[in-house]
Amino acid sequence: MQPIRLATADSREPSGSITKPDLPLTRRQFLKGSGILFGTIAITSPLALLAPSSAWALELKVLDTATGNTLLSFGRVLYPHANLPDAVYAILVKDLDAMAASDPEIARQLRDGVQALDQKAGGAFSKAKPETQLTAVKAIEATPFFATVRGKCITSLYDNEMAWAALGYPGESWSKGGYITHGFQDLKWLPAPPESASPPPYMG
Amino acid sequence: MAKIGYNDDSAVVIIGSGAGGGTLANELCQKGIKVVVLEAGAMQSNASFINDEWKSFAQLAWLDPRTTSGSFRLAKDFPGLPAWICKTVGGTTTHWAGASLRFQEREFKVRSEYGQLEGANLMDWPLTLKEMEPWYAKAEDKMGVTRTNGIPGLPGNNNFKVMYAGATKLGYKEVHTGNMAINSQPRDGRGRCLQLGFCFQGCKSGAKWSTLYTELPKADATGNLDLRPESHVTRIEHNAAGKVSAVVYFDKDGKEQRQKARIVCVAGNSIETPRLLLLSASDMFKDGLANSSGQVGRNYMRHMTGSVYAAFKDPVHMFRGTTMAGIVRDEAGNDTRRGFVGGYEMETLSLGVPFMAAFLNPGGWGADFTWWMDHYAQLAGMWLVGEDMPRETNRITLNAKVKDKYGSPVANVHFDDHPNDVAMRNHAYTQGERVYEAAGAIRTFRTPPYPSTHNLGTCRMGASASSSVCNAFGQTHDISNLFISDGSQFTTGGAENPTLTIVALAIRQADHIAGQMSRKLI
Repeated sequence: MQPIRLATADSREPSGSITKPDLPLTRRQFLKGSGILFGTIAITSPLALLAPSSAWALELKVLDTATGNTLLSFGRVLYPHANLPDAVYAILVKDLDAMAASDPEIARQLRDGVQALDQKAGGAFSKAKPETQLTAVKAIEATPFFATVRGKCITSLYDNEMAWAALGYPGESWSKGGYITHGFQDLKWLPAPPESASPPPYMG
Repeated sequence: MAKIGYNDDSAVVIIGSGAGGGTLANELCQKGIKVVVLEAGAMQSNASFINDEWKSFAQLAWLDPRTTSGSFRLAKDFPGLPAWICKTVGGTTTHWAGASLRFQEREFKVRSEYGQLEGANLMDWPLTLKEMEPWYAKAEDKMGVTRTNGIPGLPGNNNFKVMYAGATKLGYKEVHTGNMAINSQPRDGRGRCLQLGFCFQGCKSGAKWSTLYTELPKADATGNLDLRPESHVTRIEHNAAGKVSAVVYFDKDGKEQRQKARIVCVAGNSIETPRLLLLSASDMFKDGLANSSGQVGRNYMRHMTGSVYAAFKDPVHMFRGTTMAGIVRDEAGNDTRRGFVGGYEMETLSLGVPFMAAFLNPGGWGADFTWWMDHYAQLAGMWLVGEDMPRETNRITLNAKVKDKYGSPVANVHFDDHPNDVAMRNHAYTQGERVYEAAGAIRTFRTPPYPSTHNLGTCRMGASASSSVCNAFGQTHDISNLFISDGSQFTTGGAENPTLTIVALAIRQADHIAGQMSRKLI
């Protein structure tokens, strides 16, 4: 079983080439973090095809495991997708950990925020019932901590190939020659518009 | 590529290479006039464009700091990103969707048509549709606009099928795949549209018109163009006679340069253009260049916008194919029975998952938000774009508290919706929802405006030097060799996507500049 390292959501590239997530994780990197999150992707999930292994592990730089797990649960309450595995929410934790590593103020904000969530949940937020979690999150909606995590969710959760696959978005189309021969007008549950409104495609 | 010396004061210097600047450059070069184009952004190509929303955004968008104020929702949702425009060779023609509509006749004379409207600074253009028609015709031919010049319309995608079904059921009559500057068949050395679905990310096939790979290479082929990418202009200088004489900029190595000029044309889009005039204030022009009217930066317009997304029980896959795949034009007229003046267009629009998450409902969260994302494959979408009211108080100013990396105060964008804009938006939302309900939508959603793509009017043209910045040719009233060459010169906004009008005005302006140069007037 080879654990996968989760891809960064904000990698920049200089050219038009489309990169796949970078995956392998060495054992040394795997062990040196201050916190570690583990998970598995169900073999039956179509997302398993995007990963070299059904198991994933995330090494944290500055946050501890409990904080990481709470942030993961917080992400699930903010953007609850039944069909997204924890591996996607772990990207959120990875990105928040990276922010914390470069900014001690963010690190403090995240630790304090997690504490506040636990407090509002009357115990460990990550183990609380869904209704309790939702109430706790609503109670902190006006805080900078909430804004930091919610804002990060937008890129962490929705700018990765696992989420795209789960939500039915294939990403780039250039390498496939676009949709002109791949279903751009394959909708069958409505009548086709007349040619005056929508002429046939030019096929050479 | 021509090499024009820094001290050569015989050339026309154009700041910006988008729809206005890029077109003007080519038109002047074709007439044998030497042109220096200073473009703040870097050079890209069809090959380097990226089919990925955030990566492309980082590659193409203008991300230098800006600030916002006012009551418009963008100031809350995206306080540091009031506009979604580009900093790259080709400017926002790399990003635009391609919709190329002529203004309607009345939209050139709204003060006469709509009368005095409280809180709106309405003014007639110093131009009529009749005067513009030949220039529109040249622009359409240049850009290869579908449904003009015998060019067939584009084939409609799934998103358009949904719009068409709903709109025609509702009784709308003018519903088709639009007038698009996207090749429906090969033309002008460029291939036909591959229906990639990434129009906003730079067209990798080159089917969509952009100055990057049409006007600029054609200008270069004349031997008259000196195009300098990564050249950020910070100041326009003038001589003792009050004529502009040079442009100061930072080159790609961060070195300050001074390019002398016979004529300066500013085409930095409607936020940077007035900012540059204001940054160029001097002892002679204390309020900034060409600003004796006090109108530089004022009357900032961004079009009434909004979007409607609708979920259906069956798949749509709206992301397949052209982003702006079709249009409903029936609401574009002026029918005050609707409770507002002016009109709006309904145009299909699609976002990928990354941008849908960012823009569907900024700040939104919870199960209701994720319901929409979970239904992504079943969504259809449209953009609503209409005439907004110019207001003197909606304006671009310099924010001395925030500086860019060159030490210049950044632009602050202040905007308050006029009640007419709000009434129009509500009407448009309702009609958009009705279109989708007629097509069988299970739910509809009103998405607030995106960061502005249609930035207009901040150096408006007008008949009078006391109430406008430039004349009908974009020539500033105060300084005869200083021109406004982008959407900043719009007196009012019209309902239509502005690019075609910007291009038509640029062609016309080139003709005027060449005439004045040959008669030694400038």
